[in-house]
Amino acid sequence: MANRTINVDYLARVEGEGAMHVKIHDDKLEEVKLKIFEPPRFFEALLRGRDYTEAPDITARICGICPVAYLMGAVHAMESICEVRVSPQIRELRRLLYCGEWIESHVLHMFMLHAPDFLGYEDAIQLAKDHPDVVKMGLRLKKLGNGLMTVLGGREVHPINVRVGGFYKSPKPSALKNLRGELDWALGAALQTVELVAGFEFQDFEQDYEFVCLRHGEEYPLNEGRLVSNRGLDVPISEYDNVLIEEHVEHSTALHSHRENGDICHVGPLARYAMNYDLLTPAARSAAKKAGLPPIVRNPFRSITVRAVEVVYAIEEAIRIIDSYEVPDKPFEPVTVRAGTGYGCTEAPRGICYHRYTIDDQGIITDAKIVSPTAVNQKIIEKDLWHFVEANLDLPDEKLKWTCEQAIRNYDPCISCSTHFLDLTVERS
Amino acid sequence: MNMTAAPAKKPKLAVWKFSSCDGCQLSLLDCEDELLAIAEAVDIAYFPEASRATQPGPYDISLVEGSITTPHDVERIHEIRKTSKLLITIGACATAGGIQALRNFADVEEYIRIIYATPEFIDTLATSTAVADHVTVDFELRGCPVSKGQLLELLNATLNGRKPNIPNHSVCVECKQAGHVCVMVAHGTPCLGPITQAGCGALCPHYDRGCYACFGPKESPNPASLTQTWQESLDVPERQVKLALRTFNAGAEAFRKESLKHGQ
Ligand code: SF4
Ligand code: SF4
Repeated sequence: MANRTINVDYLARVEGEGAMHVKIHDDKLEEVKLKIFEPPRFFEALLRGRDYTEAPDITARICGICPVAYLMGAVHAMESICEVRVSPQIRELRRLLYCGEWIESHVLHMFMLHAPDFLGYEDAIQLAKDHPDVVKMGLRLKKLGNGLMTVLGGREVHPINVRVGGFYKSPKPSALKNLRGELDWALGAALQTVELVAGFEFQDFEQDYEFVCLRHGEEYPLNEGRLVSNRGLDVPISEYDNVLIEEHVEHSTALHSHRENGDICHVGPLARYAMNYDLLTPAARSAAKKAGLPPIVRNPFRSITVRAVEVVYAIEEAIRIIDSYEVPDKPFEPVTVRAGTGYGCTEAPRGICYHRYTIDDQGIITDAKIVSPTAVNQKIIEKDLWHFVEANLDLPDEKLKWTCEQAIRNYDPCISCSTHFLDLTVERS
Repeated sequence: MNMTAAPAKKPKLAVWKFSSCDGCQLSLLDCEDELLAIAEAVDIAYFPEASRATQPGPYDISLVEGSITTPHDVERIHEIRKTSKLLITIGACATAGGIQALRNFADVEEYIRIIYATPEFIDTLATSTAVADHVTVDFELRGCPVSKGQLLELLNATLNGRKPNIPNHSVCVECKQAGHVCVMVAHGTPCLGPITQAGCGALCPHYDRGCYACFGPKESPNPASLTQTWQESLDVPERQVKLALRTFNAGAEAFRKESLKHGQ
């Protein structure tokens, strides 16, 4: 009993390929590794020599679950280089597109990937056998998120309507208005979801995190803001490389990240919520209160409830944008190429997603750097696992293993994205 | 959806991932209206992105996403072939190598050095290749990502033992069927629609954009004639012609060959 290894060789219900390895020696925890073996796809390298106009569609292929994060990071970076200012209407449509992605991605995670852990099912299909109404509600909410993306972007996975400067074509007001009825239903369903997930049983597991996210100051952050943290970080996104440092470790094809002083940080819904609580809509804030969430949530197992609150926000924001929508004069601003380096950092569903590009005076990309939220979260996931396993050494292997997997899924890790990034083993020897 | 799988024993379905963005397998979970019916019609025996539960092979239908990029991938795809009655590849990564096949035109060692501080940790092949380059494939479903409608049609047809209704004509045909104006003729926008396989419903032209061929080459395309039109009538520089052919289906033979005529 004294020596154990617990391995999960292929983590399920996460996006991409990873594993977990835990080694316990003489009842002492010796090693915790989140291994990422998703083979690298070399995006930063293959972007060199491509046109600046191609970066949004190419980088979207980093992730099928959050393509909008990549589309938006790339367009904002290129627009900052070429000094393009988009119209307020285009800015609003971009927020609307991102709301679609938040809804689709958060709902997929809550209902299909994470809820089964809390309710003791292997997957959502089995869950649907006992709780068909819950799963059907989730599917309908997810469909609405995808519907927003389809109207604006042409399709849900890899939308085709985004370009540097704006959109290829502006949506017709009638196409957006068609979604209004469903959005009204969705707001009720999202509030019900907050209540539902808040009722799950949570591990007692409070952690002291440095939360890093964007803060815009006037709106809950999606596309724009400064990089901030609860430990005093407050810099423009162009300072990213100075405050978040990447390192290459052997057990991961996704580079690890830490603060410049070596500290490990946490990105994602918990961070956004903690740093932007004041900017949630009144309904979202009151749903959070009713669910028993304090303005700062330090238990990662409760991230599912925070995601549900963010879905309420995203639905209300979508309603606001659609109700005040006016067709832009032109779907995109013309772009005059300039040489330079530019930055884009947006709030993907899983946390900040950073892009940096250098282009020459012909608009050819000479350098690119992209950091996904899951890549940044790798270290904090390992740290969480360490603390969790240490406190729960008496659990039998099978139970320990499942709860560790659940702890990893708290971060909704998207491994496909993070490779520049899961499988789980616990070794007791 | 009418997914009637008649036999008493449900066919076993497996979903596999190689180098990819997960977008094509996500398309299956994105079939919100049909997902529960699919789960009724088949036994989802292996689908790690959706379930912790796994059953050992053999499997009746294997859906394979992603391209082959590591020595281990090569071994794994052979194992999967052995344990699968029908092997269906889904998406441009699996059918043509995906965007990551751009390494096939470059020096992969150089790629590794650009990104990783310690290149020795990285185990990768010099190329990203289609699944069919390694094993026999029973059906290839195109697109980056695949179309949900086509994926459902393919599953439905397979479960009912009939040929799937998946046309191999061009995006141009779909554009005409939908009554869109031709973006090349009307706006002088370069479009790859004439040489690209249908399936998306001519999405890009519908959004005033030229097709960028995410469904790959149609059957017997004539890329030389199209690139000539681009260059002579639309003044598209040679470099842009090459780039246009080198995206998500850069590894497809017709695109690869034509692109090499326009630069290394
Ligand atoms: S074909 Fe495109 S959508 Fe499908 S997995 Fe590959 S990159 Fe993703
Ligand atoms: S029009 Fe072309 S690029 Fe656009 S979705 Fe269809 S096949 Fe893909």
